[in-house]
Amino acid sequence: MVGQALFLLFALFTLLMALGTVVARNLFHAALFLVGVFFGIAVLFILLEAEFLGVAQIVIYIGAIATLIVFAIMLSRNVMGKEAGAYNSQWRWALAGVVFFFLILSWLLVRMPFSLVQAQVPADAITQIGQGFVGHYVVPFEVASVLLLVALVGAIMLARER
Amino acid sequence: MDLRALGESFIAWLEGLGIPHGWVLLINWILGALIILGIALLLALALIWLERKLAGRIQDRLGPNRVGPFGLIQPIADALKLLTKEDITPANADRITYNLAPIIAVFHVLMLFVVIPFADKVVGANINVGILYLMAFGSLGTMGMLMAGWASRNKYALLGGFRVVAQLMSYEIPIALVMMIPVLLVGSMNLNEIARGQGSLLGLGWNVWIMPAAFILYLVAALAEGERAPFDLLEAESEIVAGYNIEYSAMKFAWFYLAFFLNTWILSAIATTLFLGGWQGPFVDKMPALGVVYFFAKTLFMFFVFAWIRATFPRLRIDQMMAFCWKVLVPMALTLLLGAAIIVKLGTQLSLPTGTVPILMLVMNVVVLLATLSLLGRYTRTLRARQNKRLFTPELPRL
Repeated sequence: MVGQALFLLFALFTLLMALGTVVARNLFHAALFLVGVFFGIAVLFILLEAEFLGVAQIVIYIGAIATLIVFAIMLSRNVMGKEAGAYNSQWRWALAGVVFFFLILSWLLVRMPFSLVQAQVPADAITQIGQGFVGHYVVPFEVASVLLLVALVGAIMLARER
Repeated sequence: MDLRALGESFIAWLEGLGIPHGWVLLINWILGALIILGIALLLALALIWLERKLAGRIQDRLGPNRVGPFGLIQPIADALKLLTKEDITPANADRITYNLAPIIAVFHVLMLFVVIPFADKVVGANINVGILYLMAFGSLGTMGMLMAGWASRNKYALLGGFRVVAQLMSYEIPIALVMMIPVLLVGSMNLNEIARGQGSLLGLGWNVWIMPAAFILYLVAALAEGERAPFDLLEAESEIVAGYNIEYSAMKFAWFYLAFFLNTWILSAIATTLFLGGWQGPFVDKMPALGVVYFFAKTLFMFFVFAWIRATFPRLRIDQMMAFCWKVLVPMALTLLLGAAIIVKLGTQLSLPTGTVPILMLVMNVVVLLATLSLLGRYTRTLRARQNKRLFTPELPRL
């Protein structure tokens, strides 16, 4: 019962923050709302007894990605003004893309059969995740890291002084 | 006296009063949270006095000496003064973000207190992903400072915010890598398990003996993470006045100040737990309450080292600070982590006799440390030779 109430509370919080991310006029505020969304999702993971995923969510999304987003916004123009605008002339294309993506996602969500299993979360879940990364799923894991490396090298090449 | 037994007898007493189990748990959690909060705030007062007194003594001054014996009540007087000061908000400030920033700054440090084991199993939440949790909430602090820097609408505050991100995010990488080495050795991310794993040799088998290079690296990176000298570029008065908290006054400033001191204490506590054995010490298995004494003694020693360095060293230049992180600390941390991983794997795979793994680890650490030092020494020599050659050109070589 308590778990249910907490879930509803944090789900509502996450949704409100997500709404704020989209409608905030100020780009910096939108980024801060996004941090709220990530935090809410981390809490939801922890309510599902997926401690590792919850904490990893905070490390990666709030600690790294959101901070970099905020940093990028701070380096953009007019950051000190009241209205660091969130819209530019490309908003129609962005809207079309977002609506298309939303339709795909909702179609997937409706069609997807979610299988529910009545089982306890194993106590050594972290160990299993770790062994999965270097065992059964080693190829996708390594491919993801190579992708990141390529992005890193590319960024350095772009930023390098000649 | 066993602290754990004390807690359990308290629960039994509450249940004896006829309170339902769920409420007992709730009362227990709230009490635990309040105890941790109380410890943290009292500690902050003590630490502020200690740091000021130490810095005073090291710099041949008296330090606080007017209020109370040895100036002991000085922090309370300071807190009262800050409470009664006028609370100014800049007219242009972004109000909500501006007021939220000090709350997040303190909140993230207080959240870190939750997973620190003060003695065997005397810990707020004994979670399995302790180290990851420390990194997660540690990085939340960056967010608070960034918000403070942006919301003040002051160019010095904004520059301070930039520096926060540049410094804290860069130094998070070596610190995270080096924190993984004790995890590899023990095979658990639970801080209590890591402290327990250092109990050999009468509770003196600490990690620092077998991984001195990792410990020194942690110490240096922790100085940067804690915004302490010689890495206190975030509040370099001569360059950006006071950094991200320039527009904060009265209690809101005090909150940043509090977060700063508690952050240093937490970094000392992490160093203690990971490298200095945490609550381990002689006879701790017979008298578990001794663990608290050992833990606080070691943590205070680490805090003393931090204060000592702060009172002694001048500030680095910002390009030196970044170059040192990316060109020295990160490669060194990667080498140490790789070496430790290979050694631990060899130990389990070849089933080496006990005692071989620690010795191999020590040898690897010493080799890496000496290699780093000799490389740095050679670099300094070439730098000096170049400087001597162009003695009369004003241009300084870039690191």
